[in-house]
Amino acid sequence: MKFIDEYQDSKLARGLARKIAQRSTKTIRLMEFCGGHTHAILRYGIRQLVPKTVEMRSGPGCPVCVTATADLDKAIALAHLPDVIITTFGDMIRVPGSYSSLQQAKAEGADVRIVYSTIDAVETAKANSGKSVIFLGIGFETTAPTIAASILKAQQEKIENFYVLSLNKLTPPVMKTLLDSGEVKLDGIVCPGHVSVIIGSHPYEFIPRDYEVACVISGFEPLDILLCIDKLVEQIENGEPKVEIAYPRGVKPEGNRKARQLMENIFEIGEANWRGIGIVPHSGLKIRGKYEQFDADKAFPVSLKPPKEPKGCRCGDVIRGAATPLECQLFRKVCTPERPVGPCMVSSEGACAAYYQYGTPENLSGF
Amino acid sequence: MCLAVPVKIVAIDGDEAETEIAGVRRRVSITFTPEAKVGDYVLLHTGYAIGVVNEAEAKETLKLLEEIASLSEVH
Repeated sequence: MKFIDEYQDSKLARGLARKIAQRSTKTIRLMEFCGGHTHAILRYGIRQLVPKTVEMRSGPGCPVCVTATADLDKAIALAHLPDVIITTFGDMIRVPGSYSSLQQAKAEGADVRIVYSTIDAVETAKANSGKSVIFLGIGFETTAPTIAASILKAQQEKIENFYVLSLNKLTPPVMKTLLDSGEVKLDGIVCPGHVSVIIGSHPYEFIPRDYEVACVISGFEPLDILLCIDKLVEQIENGEPKVEIAYPRGVKPEGNRKARQLMENIFEIGEANWRGIGIVPHSGLKIRGKYEQFDADKAFPVSLKPPKEPKGCRCGDVIRGAATPLECQLFRKVCTPERPVGPCMVSSEGACAAYYQYGTPENLSGF
Repeated sequence: MCLAVPVKIVAIDGDEAETEIAGVRRRVSITFTPEAKVGDYVLLHTGYAIGVVNEAEAKETLKLLEEIASLSEVH
């Protein structure tokens, strides 16, 4: 048992697909919140396995994609400060900001380093005591505890040259914002599996209660996603929306209390600026005053020119689920993984990158 | 970003563990999963184990999937 291959069995997938087809009578629209799900759905041809009655829309669950241009501009400005080393997860480096990118800043002499883990960022600070090491803290609830752990470690080990630019974002508040706007009518949400490992299933309960939208937490293998769609279809057909876990090997209803507690100790909840959505109250994590010496926002005030969005780019609409990448005029023609215009084409979780990579005509039929 | 893969714990040393996946070994932090034991699979995300894989639930889900496949074949 490796907990991967077993959930990729094609015979079992066809069985589930048949069950979904037998059950589904209503025409429904589901949103997969997480970009990891969008990629898996396209990669494994899940759209071809589910009946035409089920429409899938990609949501805002791509941390690189939802980082606002103004925040990216700030990261680029920090990279240009003297004696600063920027440490970041890989995808951020290629996203175009208003006037430059981290990659371009690096080419111009800035010290920008890709790290796999916040542990590596702290080690970089230890190894470069004469420099200020700033970690770009992007991510959702899955990643936020690891960033909190890095701040705690820096405090415990008295590492005084380590800083975090906290751009962390929270999942349930932005789901509320999307549902409140009513721009995209949804019947169900494929809830993010690894965010839910941390937060559990309870934070989604307002969604079926207040919006009558079904919520099922899914893993990332093809059988996980099909099982999730089956449960969503069942809930919607029965008119009984609720929160279910279709990934019980990973997600407990109560989540991971230890990780959440550390996150709450280090961060407080504030507003956050989301690309394509704007300021969403209570959807961001700010470093608490007690740990402000590690807060890059406080330590390095920078003045910025007003942000400029790339002309014609519809990443904002794609992030809200209001458009598919195919509706963007730049897609494949001007905007490609080699020369991305917007972040949704850069990120390994971006919807445009998924459509580009796996979007055969059969795979995209029904979108 | 929210990618996490199941890796097997082969040794534990304080709040770190030696893990293995497909022959590749990696040291990871188990600070968020103090309950993890040698032999357990944990979900590895950016150097940290964020949860222990529940083997009983994993088997239960597979059993359910097999039942669904055999049932929908009959009809």
